[in-house]
Amino acid sequence: MSLPHDTAIMLLRQMIRIRRFEEQCAEAYSAGKIRGFMHLYIGEEAVAAGVMPALGADDAVVATYREHGQALARGVGAERIMAEMYGKQEGCSRGRGGSMHLFDVATRFYGGNAIVGGGLPIAVGLALADKMRKRNRVTACFFGEGAVAEGEFHESMNLAELWKLPVLFLCENNLYAMGTALWRSESDTDLVAKASSYNMAATSVDGMDVEAVYRAAQEAVATVKRLSIPYFLELKTYRFRAHSMFDPELYRSKAEVEQWKRHCPIASFVESLRGAGELDDDALAALEADVTQEVGRAVAFAEAGTWEPVEDLERDVYTRPVRSVEAAERT
Amino acid sequence: MPAKAKLSLDMPPNEPTARVRTTYREALRMALREALQRDERVFLMGEDVARYGGSYAVSKGLFEEFGEERIRDTPLSESAFVGAGIGAAMGGMRPIVEIMTVNFSLLALDQIVNNAATLRHMSGGQISIPLVIRMATGGGRQLAAQHSHSLEGWYAHIPGLRILAPATLEDARGMLWTALEDPDPVIIFEHALLYNLEGELPADAGAVGIDTAAVRRTGNDVTLIAYGGTLGKTMQAAEQLAQTGIGAEVIDLRTLRPLDTGAILASVRKTHRAVVVDEGWKSVGLSAEISARIMEGALYELDAPVARVCSREVPIPYAKHMEEAALPQTADIVVAARGTLHRA
Repeated sequence: MSLPHDTAIMLLRQMIRIRRFEEQCAEAYSAGKIRGFMHLYIGEEAVAAGVMPALGADDAVVATYREHGQALARGVGAERIMAEMYGKQEGCSRGRGGSMHLFDVATRFYGGNAIVGGGLPIAVGLALADKMRKRNRVTACFFGEGAVAEGEFHESMNLAELWKLPVLFLCENNLYAMGTALWRSESDTDLVAKASSYNMAATSVDGMDVEAVYRAAQEAVATVKRLSIPYFLELKTYRFRAHSMFDPELYRSKAEVEQWKRHCPIASFVESLRGAGELDDDALAALEADVTQEVGRAVAFAEAGTWEPVEDLERDVYTRPVRSVEAAERT
Repeated sequence: MPAKAKLSLDMPPNEPTARVRTTYREALRMALREALQRDERVFLMGEDVARYGGSYAVSKGLFEEFGEERIRDTPLSESAFVGAGIGAAMGGMRPIVEIMTVNFSLLALDQIVNNAATLRHMSGGQISIPLVIRMATGGGRQLAAQHSHSLEGWYAHIPGLRILAPATLEDARGMLWTALEDPDPVIIFEHALLYNLEGELPADAGAVGIDTAAVRRTGNDVTLIAYGGTLGKTMQAAEQLAQTGIGAEVIDLRTLRPLDTGAILASVRKTHRAVVVDEGWKSVGLSAEISARIMEGALYELDAPVARVCSREVPIPYAKHMEEAALPQTADIVVAARGTLHRA
């Protein structure tokens, strides 16, 4: 442990925020407050927590449907995220998106994209706009290793490198695309080699080690901004929970999951901080208490939220409204 | 109607203007050039749009004029460059993405349907995507099934998209700028047989509205509803019908989504008969939608069932005589129109 104290505590706080928030989400799901597909990030917190501090307010984030952690770490308010999952109009997407589609333009958080691989071309385009407008920004694009099998991954990697666009490709390799292990779906499981085949700067990091992620992300973002090039960072991680709330986990053994839980990014970081004398019981308890309060406020906000009027159903399909079919027929 | 207001700015109504002879292709190019000159956020990207000059030569010369930053050749990666257009639009640019033909646009359906069309609504109104996608469409050039689709009706099915089908030089010249000013994704379908269409345009022709259909010929006996590549055949049919004393009114839809239902119904209420002409297939297609809207809005005005002239329900074949038989032809439109008047 060689991080500055404040940085280390900030990283720990972000991981615990994500963990406790999602534990509450699971509870709310069981209580029927949250519906639809919900994908928990528990086990992978070090990735979002470690990457996000490398980004500035002007940078952009494109994420997947497993994005509660990224949204929280990016600074989208926990209240508005929870309200979104409750389907309330106070939610960050007015309740139109739900768990898989968190959006917040104010923090340049562009989803919440639920088609595997579909966010990559958008990230390439955001970076293209920055390059053409000569803005020194980076677009951070999160996706799972399952996306590597999609054509959109390869098209986007090629285009980003060909045009030297400032995209940070963040491949969260949690080993399973839903229930299909990486080795069952890829002829070559070396993801860095795939990125390198496009001549892209590429490296891999232990995604269960928040300090390592933090340092790797700092280096990656600095490289992207200094050289205006894309960069591929693989984050080797593991989700402790099922793929979604409907997954009986037939494809992996309990023993394997238990094995990985011994590498819990939060527990191991806490241990490391204690060993370095950076954290004691009181400080940890105070941090946990803060987070509990924040999650409690999020739930209260979501509970108190209101339903969007059905009359607003067709609002925001277009920015410039169109006459409805019914109105046209009355003419 | 802001688009109309702009039109009047560009074309003062009371001053006669010089007319120039041009083509549909050149009109499109003039529109591209004007857009690139007027707004530095505008750029064009697609397969072979730069050094090759566009597979239909629409963008010929623009690369030399505007350079590789703004006229961008892309890899054959429809999904990536359409998605990049979406992202660039979100990032403040005004991209024009050319997909070589509608047939290849199927490789970008994920980006168009799952992203471009949904992101505004799904984000609770936070995002606008001012993206213009242009593509060639249609058959009639003996290119066989994989290069002859007319799938604009598919795209017109999708809320969140605006679908345009310029059929005239004025619209080829004028729709692009209005589409670029629109804050939402607009897809422009250019029928490949129209590129060589010749005619005259006012020298100062400019932007046109994209919200309404146009009556291209007035008549009292039957309404012929067409768009894009079939407008010419429909106008010929109207001419032939006139020679036998039948007055056909021709409506050019111009915009396929949102449809100008009011214009269709107004004409049908006058003529009491309608023929829908569409190069797409009948089944579950645009012609079915138009027919349904006539039923919903003007059933009791009809003196005959709505007739449809569409492509035969086959993949479009290569052999000339077979392709001609598969596509809507002028003679088919005449027969259908006469049928609504109970004349053989």
